[in-house]
Amino acid sequence: MHPRPPAPPGLRRRSLLRGLAGAGTLAALPALGGCSSSDPNTVTLTSNRANAAQRAAMQDIVGLFEAESGRTVEINTFDSTSFQESVNNYLQGTPDDVIAWFAGYRTRFFAERGLISDVSAVWEGLDGAFTDQVRDLCSAPDGKQYMVPDSTAPWAVFHRRSLFEENGYEAPATRAEFVELCERMRRDGLEPIASGVREGWPAMGMFDHLNLRLNGPGFHLELLDGQHSWDSPEVRAVFGAWAELLPHHQADPLGRGINEAQTALVRREAGMMLCGMFLTHVFPEGEDLDDLDCFPFPEFDAEIGADAVEAPIDGFMASGTLRNPEGAHALLAHFGTREAEEVYTAVDPQALPLRLDADTSGFSPLEAKVNDMVVNAGALTQYMDRDSRPDFASIVMIPALQRFLSRPDDIADLTASIQRQKLSIFGQ
Amino acid sequence: MATPGTTEAPPSAPPTRDRERPPRRGGTSLRHGRRDRISLALMLGVPAFLVVGLVWLPAAATVLLSFTRWDGIGGPETIEWVGTQNYTDAFTLYPPFGPALRNNVVWLVFLFAVPTVLGMFFAVLLDRELRGGPVYQSVFYLPVVLSLALTGFIWQLIYSSDQGLLNAFLALVSDAPAVDWFGDPDINLYAVLVAAGWKHTGYIMLLYLAGLKAVDPSLREAAAIDGAGSVRTFTSVVFPALVPINVVVVVVTVIDALRAFDLVWIINRGRNGLELISALVTSNVIGEASRVGFGSALAVIMLAFSLVFIAIYVSTVLRGAQR
Repeated sequence: MHPRPPAPPGLRRRSLLRGLAGAGTLAALPALGGCSSSDPNTVTLTSNRANAAQRAAMQDIVGLFEAESGRTVEINTFDSTSFQESVNNYLQGTPDDVIAWFAGYRTRFFAERGLISDVSAVWEGLDGAFTDQVRDLCSAPDGKQYMVPDSTAPWAVFHRRSLFEENGYEAPATRAEFVELCERMRRDGLEPIASGVREGWPAMGMFDHLNLRLNGPGFHLELLDGQHSWDSPEVRAVFGAWAELLPHHQADPLGRGINEAQTALVRREAGMMLCGMFLTHVFPEGEDLDDLDCFPFPEFDAEIGADAVEAPIDGFMASGTLRNPEGAHALLAHFGTREAEEVYTAVDPQALPLRLDADTSGFSPLEAKVNDMVVNAGALTQYMDRDSRPDFASIVMIPALQRFLSRPDDIADLTASIQRQKLSIFGQ
Repeated sequence: MATPGTTEAPPSAPPTRDRERPPRRGGTSLRHGRRDRISLALMLGVPAFLVVGLVWLPAAATVLLSFTRWDGIGGPETIEWVGTQNYTDAFTLYPPFGPALRNNVVWLVFLFAVPTVLGMFFAVLLDRELRGGPVYQSVFYLPVVLSLALTGFIWQLIYSSDQGLLNAFLALVSDAPAVDWFGDPDINLYAVLVAAGWKHTGYIMLLYLAGLKAVDPSLREAAAIDGAGSVRTFTSVVFPALVPINVVVVVVTVIDALRAFDLVWIINRGRNGLELISALVTSNVIGEASRVGFGSALAVIMLAFSLVFIAIYVSTVLRGAQR
């Protein structure tokens, strides 16, 4: 009806500015422009790994590359959240050659839009280094690879070993044992499950795990891909099981940040917490970190089992227009080497290497346990906001999950509302 | 300037000079005219260009984009025209939209009802040259100066449910259970409004203080001689004299209410009871969601909302100018 472009592309950003009263976040965008250089010996790298440990680890592996190849790498590090918010614009501008990002839907989406380039040439040298599943998570539907994976920070139920020993608790394997343990902890004056979802996204973890255990990873991934109705008995069963566990969560989770919930676990006020390995950042190194233990989220249905692991995979991709293709591919190949992955994961406490031949002898007992979970996993998932459309995950699901947490009693109405919005977003 | 000169040219002037003049006069007026025209063009053109380029075109683009579905990736050919779908969706199946509209109105009403009145009250008190006046003045004004990140942090320390100052205090004086200030969707808006009011009060106080200093003291003396008390003096004499300030305060307050965004964004990204249109626009457009079309529709609704107040303001100002 109206095919004429509404405005030259340059006005887009300003048009948003006009619409937004407080678009302070936009100020961060131009800064992401990065500086360009066409020196064949320089490779530019954008990293969203901004914690102190992560920065140090990046420096280490990039230093290795520089020493080996004689090339120089310019690292531009951005805060992870703000980079995530501006990545669409960033990739359409003049991005750096190599960009740290997430595997799964997130990579596929950019590959389909032509914003990143094929790195299957690099994968030829990585044959057999990763499981087929990891390879699939780095591939687009065209069968080509668009990401070189390096590490993962899996999810599990974390707890303090000493607390479990003092009270004689045992890691639960089934739903009944899990509920029983929660009740016992409550009698002992503990908050069984630490919970802080003020930021919204941490609520997705519980939904993911319940759905994986009740309906299986196949259904879970298809559901997030928009292939099933959300207003279905399967999804309502997930919310039903969650409602049953809610009394065992820390009360009022919506006002509590995830950091505050983690602190409750550190302080022995809470017994357990479903969280990613990034939890290790809040446990002081030494006695406290050594005391941290975990078990897989328990089985809810014997037929489905408990071997699906939520293991968000991080890696590196090549931008759509490479200024230095040779250097970028060399750097990507380096990130895929066993040496680089071992060095990186030794420094960053949350990261486990993905290479099958990585040396595990230096692992702490916790790392060894989580690594076994990943290696023996029946299926790997990435986390709701990495397995689904970002607009659906953040615009529909976060408010929906928050509504569930404040009003857990009208599940049918909630799932119907999610389904209506899903249809409008997935456009079916 | 030259025109009156020509009409009033002495009739006695010799025709030759008169004939000589026109070309010279023409020359000068042309030179002036060109310079005038250039400076006029610059003085009007540059601001007009900026206003059109930075305000009107983007606003028009936003309106156009609001009828489309677009994820912000790729050129204009990837934009899909969907008619009024986005507006229908916003009103019928986007759950945060209703609360956001309501919260924006509550925000506006609250800012007028509490911080504006309070700010005026502080200004009147400080205008009486109390001892330590400048100290109070800086104390009340301090929140306005504090950076946004700091404001968010301060109120987080106060409202945090486990470790917050307020709950610790409440636990000391009563046995009531801890209040979930940020998480309970029934109360978190009001908790945040207190924080917003904390910032707004100082601003309004300063505006009124400046206005009060400018009120002619003889007005008050006259009122006092006529036997008016201090309340009567303020309501019947001083306040009406503050009309220009009142207009500014109304405008500032409306703008503050419409652009309210930062505090809720810092606390929970404008969700779960803290929905505001501005936050919804941001979460839809900025970030990976990139629902440019839908976000633009929300922005247009907000624009329409603001236009009501802009129209009222402009008509008031124009009426004032005519008087």
